Amino acid sequence: MKKKRVIPVLLLKEGWLVQSKNFNEYKKLGNAQMAVQRLSDWDSDELIYLDISSTPTFTTNRSDTAAPEYADLADLLYEVSKVARMPVTIGGGIRSLSDIENRLKAGADKISINRGALADPSLISRASREFGSQCIVVSVDYLEAEGSRKLYVSDHEDFVGKHKDVTTWLLKIQDAGAGEVLLNSVTRDGNKCGYDIEYLDEASSLLEIPIIACGGAGNWDHLSEVLTKTAVDAVAAANIFHFQDQSVFLARKHLFSQGLPVRPPSINKDRV
Amino acid sequence: MNKKVCILDYGSGNVTSVKNALDRLQIENIVSNDPLAIDRSTHLILPGVGAFSSSMDKIEALLPIDKIREQVSMGKPFLGICVGLQVLAEYGHEFQQRRGLNFFPGSNVIVLPSTVSVPHVGWNSIKILQNHKILKGLQSEADFYFVHSYQVTDISPDYTVATCDYGVEFPAILVKDNLIGIQFHPEKSQRNGDLILRNYVEVFA
Repeated sequence: MKKKRVIPVLLLKEGWLVQSKNFNEYKKLGNAQMAVQRLSDWDSDELIYLDISSTPTFTTNRSDTAAPEYADLADLLYEVSKVARMPVTIGGGIRSLSDIENRLKAGADKISINRGALADPSLISRASREFGSQCIVVSVDYLEAEGSRKLYVSDHEDFVGKHKDVTTWLLKIQDAGAGEVLLNSVTRDGNKCGYDIEYLDEASSLLEIPIIACGGAGNWDHLSEVLTKTAVDAVAAANIFHFQDQSVFLARKHLFSQGLPVRPPSINKDRV
Repeated sequence: MNKKVCILDYGSGNVTSVKNALDRLQIENIVSNDPLAIDRSTHLILPGVGAFSSSMDKIEALLPIDKIREQVSMGKPFLGICVGLQVLAEYGHEFQQRRGLNFFPGSNVIVLPSTVSVPHVGWNSIKILQNHKILKGLQSEADFYFVHSYQVTDISPDYTVATCDYGVEFPAILVKDNLIGIQFHPEKSQRNGDLILRNYVEVFA
């Protein structure tokens, strides 16, 4: 039986794991490789890292942090993928086929495109032709307004003008060959108020490709609610997985005990 | 004899993930397309992420195919993962028809049925049809990580060791003598995947 996935999201800024609220407040949570090691030990179904760095090089030249330093994203991915026993999707800054190839080489299994697709939708079709659509996740951020959902792009307002309506954009990326959609409500980001059930239900019955729901998880019942009330294929969250020991294990245990179709909870016994 | 795996690299496989998994399992390995390295290895792995025809283009451009065929016909174990399994078929039909390596004459690679959400991505259990040593230590209903839009078809049941059900029952593990093809990703399937990789190197041949 095909299982629903529970996916921790890591936001990386200059090589550090950060917490985000509404896409504009960031708090440093710690070292990225150690976070990946933990999530791997808790047998996460998958992992998504989104790089939101504002500079291409990460080196701080500090020796007092007692944390490993990475020169850039490729360097970090290379180190991090050594400890990842689960599939890893990398997003952030992908504009070309060679960007994709470089990330796959560094250890990514799938890649996630967001702004690169808004700027040039043909990137989706070119990438899926080259690497197979199963490798191409398109990440879609949106804002909720009464009765409507609008695409969100932090700058580049002109893109939003071109693709205002989220549903239209979702259908377009599906046609272009996207393999999956990471559908993220910016309005709920970091607010622990539960997922956008109404829209996730609508979108998941409309699209043929799998949807990964994101934005708003505040407790494990929020995850159950999405899996019960919508047809999404996976449920993702960031903050909720970074503050509790064995969080991913506990989340799957909760869902599994409710009879939801997730993998039985497990821990990598060789290490924990 | 010491076991040594040669991981073949045609530019779009997730070579690093396979290498990392073997390193974690302390299985000696090398990433190389050098005929000498292929000769000196005891096991071959063809990883896979990619579309059928672009993968075949790169395989034909970058891999010493005659050397690989020679080694396989002499009995060297060969494992193809995901697209690395699919290219063992005679024909692929992703974007356009393309001839594969044809280790399974008469077989085709076709798109998954439109009744399910495609690609098939995530954890799914396999159904074991034949007891085989590659499965040693696995529990029934074991979950593995799949990510693919296409499946192999027109394969003799003699070769089909395990299947997976996703709108259609498709081959998950194929074995033909020393040749093995796996549709899921053992290198990303945690404990169950580790078992398969270990069995491949230590038990299979």
